[in-house]
Amino acid sequence: MSAVQATGSTGSTGRRPAAKPPRRSPFAWLREHVVLILGILVLAYTFVPIAVVVLMSFNEPISEQSKIYEFNGFTLDNWLNPCEDPSMCSALGRSIEIGLLATLLATLLGTLAAFALVRHQFKGRSTSNLLIFMPMAAPEIVLGSSLLAMFVAAGLAGQLGFWTIFIAHVMFCLSFVVVTVRARLAGMDDALEQAAMDLYATPAQTFWKITFPLVFPGILGAAMLSFSLSFDDFIVTNLNSGNTTTFPMYVWGVSRRSVPMQINVVGTVMIVISLAIVLIGQSRARRQAA
Amino acid sequence: MSQAADKQAVERTGGSTTLGKDDHTTYDGLRLRALTKSFATFTAVDDLDLDVPRGSFFALLGPSGCGKTTTLRMVAGLETPTSGTILLAGDDITATKPYQRPVNTVFQSYALFPHLDIFENVAFGLRRRKQKNVESEVKEMLDLVELGPQARKRPAQLSGGQQQRVALARALINKPEVLLLDEPLGALDLKLRRSMQIELKRIQTEVGLTFIHVTHDQEEAMTMADTVAVMNKGVIEQMGAPADLYENPRSTFVANFLGQSNLIDGTVVGRSGDVVTMDMHGTPVSVPAGRSHTASERGWIGIRPEKVLIGAPGEALDAPGNTIPGGIVTDVSFFGVSTQYLVRMPWGQELQVFQQNTGRVTIFRKGDAVELSWRPEYAFLLDHAQDASAGADKVGADG
Repeated sequence: MSAVQATGSTGSTGRRPAAKPPRRSPFAWLREHVVLILGILVLAYTFVPIAVVVLMSFNEPISEQSKIYEFNGFTLDNWLNPCEDPSMCSALGRSIEIGLLATLLATLLGTLAAFALVRHQFKGRSTSNLLIFMPMAAPEIVLGSSLLAMFVAAGLAGQLGFWTIFIAHVMFCLSFVVVTVRARLAGMDDALEQAAMDLYATPAQTFWKITFPLVFPGILGAAMLSFSLSFDDFIVTNLNSGNTTTFPMYVWGVSRRSVPMQINVVGTVMIVISLAIVLIGQSRARRQAA
Repeated sequence: MSQAADKQAVERTGGSTTLGKDDHTTYDGLRLRALTKSFATFTAVDDLDLDVPRGSFFALLGPSGCGKTTTLRMVAGLETPTSGTILLAGDDITATKPYQRPVNTVFQSYALFPHLDIFENVAFGLRRRKQKNVESEVKEMLDLVELGPQARKRPAQLSGGQQQRVALARALINKPEVLLLDEPLGALDLKLRRSMQIELKRIQTEVGLTFIHVTHDQEEAMTMADTVAVMNKGVIEQMGAPADLYENPRSTFVANFLGQSNLIDGTVVGRSGDVVTMDMHGTPVSVPAGRSHTASERGWIGIRPEKVLIGAPGEALDAPGNTIPGGIVTDVSFFGVSTQYLVRMPWGQELQVFQQNTGRVTIFRKGDAVELSWRPEYAFLLDHAQDASAGADKVGADG
């Protein structure tokens, strides 16, 4: 509640000097800073949900009876006992497990596919290039239900669970990996590899000393994207999960009752990890440039 | 003892003058034989024969698309010839991989490894061949190209000229049999290009390696190379020392691509001894037989604009033999060191004349009547079947 109020008040204080300007100067000041003000407002708009998640991770539990999602008081209990509801932690573990496995396979296959699409001329290359976009363009609900139909048709209706989720996640992550790695590869000057070969590097040395280090940021980015897509996915997963519960499905399940505050702890940890990765990447890039 | 040595010497000279098939193994330079590269729609290099002597600075000159870069890439091993052979110091390297050839390339885009610093870029070739003393050799090479203090920077932090020198150092450090330079100065501005030309020439003289320099800039080729091969449409039109090529071109393409030429229609009147007598629109002119490159009855009489003398009608010009009256000045450009005239001749053609500004000459004005003249030994005669404007549009390609 207070978080919402706080942002509400920043919004109105930002606008107030404009509403009643004492003649000239504030109006001119506003005109000069309008882009800055709008920028800050937009940033605030995107940060509010994150701020709420972080704040709520320190919230006292909400009683079963209360239907209102409000801040009851500060506590560290959620952080000290993240697994108060063991089913949440097992769902979280399963999501991480699926995410890592799906990322590993999708990144491997996708990187190989990207190399084939950029580096080799073969029949059906342009068609493959086009088809690779299909899973990205298709609505998730369609993908999920077709996959389910396929699993059922294959006689796997009774075995829906961990592995069917894994297969589904690899499927939709793959396109993103191919597209990301392909962009990185296509942007690389062919002459670099030729120069390496010219300088006595065998094809294997050329790959490991030149190609791979240069494409690696693309592969890493693709892997991170894959993990977050897999970790995040609800629709496709929900249709193909059988009795298995992933973290998003757990959150969906409990959201109709009362939400345990530990979900916010998980959310906060995820945000901190992503932020750390971005900051490390930035500082490395800056060090390289300096 | 001394007789045996003499005999050996005779055999060796015999080997280098007659280029029989069996002598390939004794030639220590780069030799291309019947080299052809065809792509789906066109032939980039057509049945090319070429000898590049060891230790020479050799330029392959031609307009874009003439096949010079393809030739270079075949020598580097980056392109596989459709047919023909490449021999280096007697070894057939046609089928070997780029990393197996003692040949290094300075790429047009430099192709510096962006994730490695300058030191590691230069050390790359040494490290791949597991050489010792990498540290000291790289330092020495970076000093040669005056980049010692930049060793730990990345390529992106250097200027274009510095990057160019890194690319050169990275190739040179391997002491290749042949160093290939693919338009290495193309990306530099004019002033930097001139200073790098001098620098490259200095380094080549210092290290004594064979340099093959591909360029479309005729001035660059002429100032740097010992031998220039002018390439056009996949074949070598003419090859020789820059001065020979310039003074005695064998085709209209070479005459126009290297500098500028006036090419005038003429008919052969007689051939006697070392002089070919021509009728040029009613004026008798002669051309030395050694500079005549056609056996047919018609030909293009060629004369460089700076060899043409210009004077008022009746003025005694220092050029015995050929005097062509009836010219009218149609354009005058004053350059300071020289004056460039366009003179319309009685047969309608406009000839170019460059007159050195010695201070003693009259500067003509547009519309003045003039006489032209040249010393017969400066003229050359080309095959009339060739296009008189071939290679003349090079100004647009330069840049």
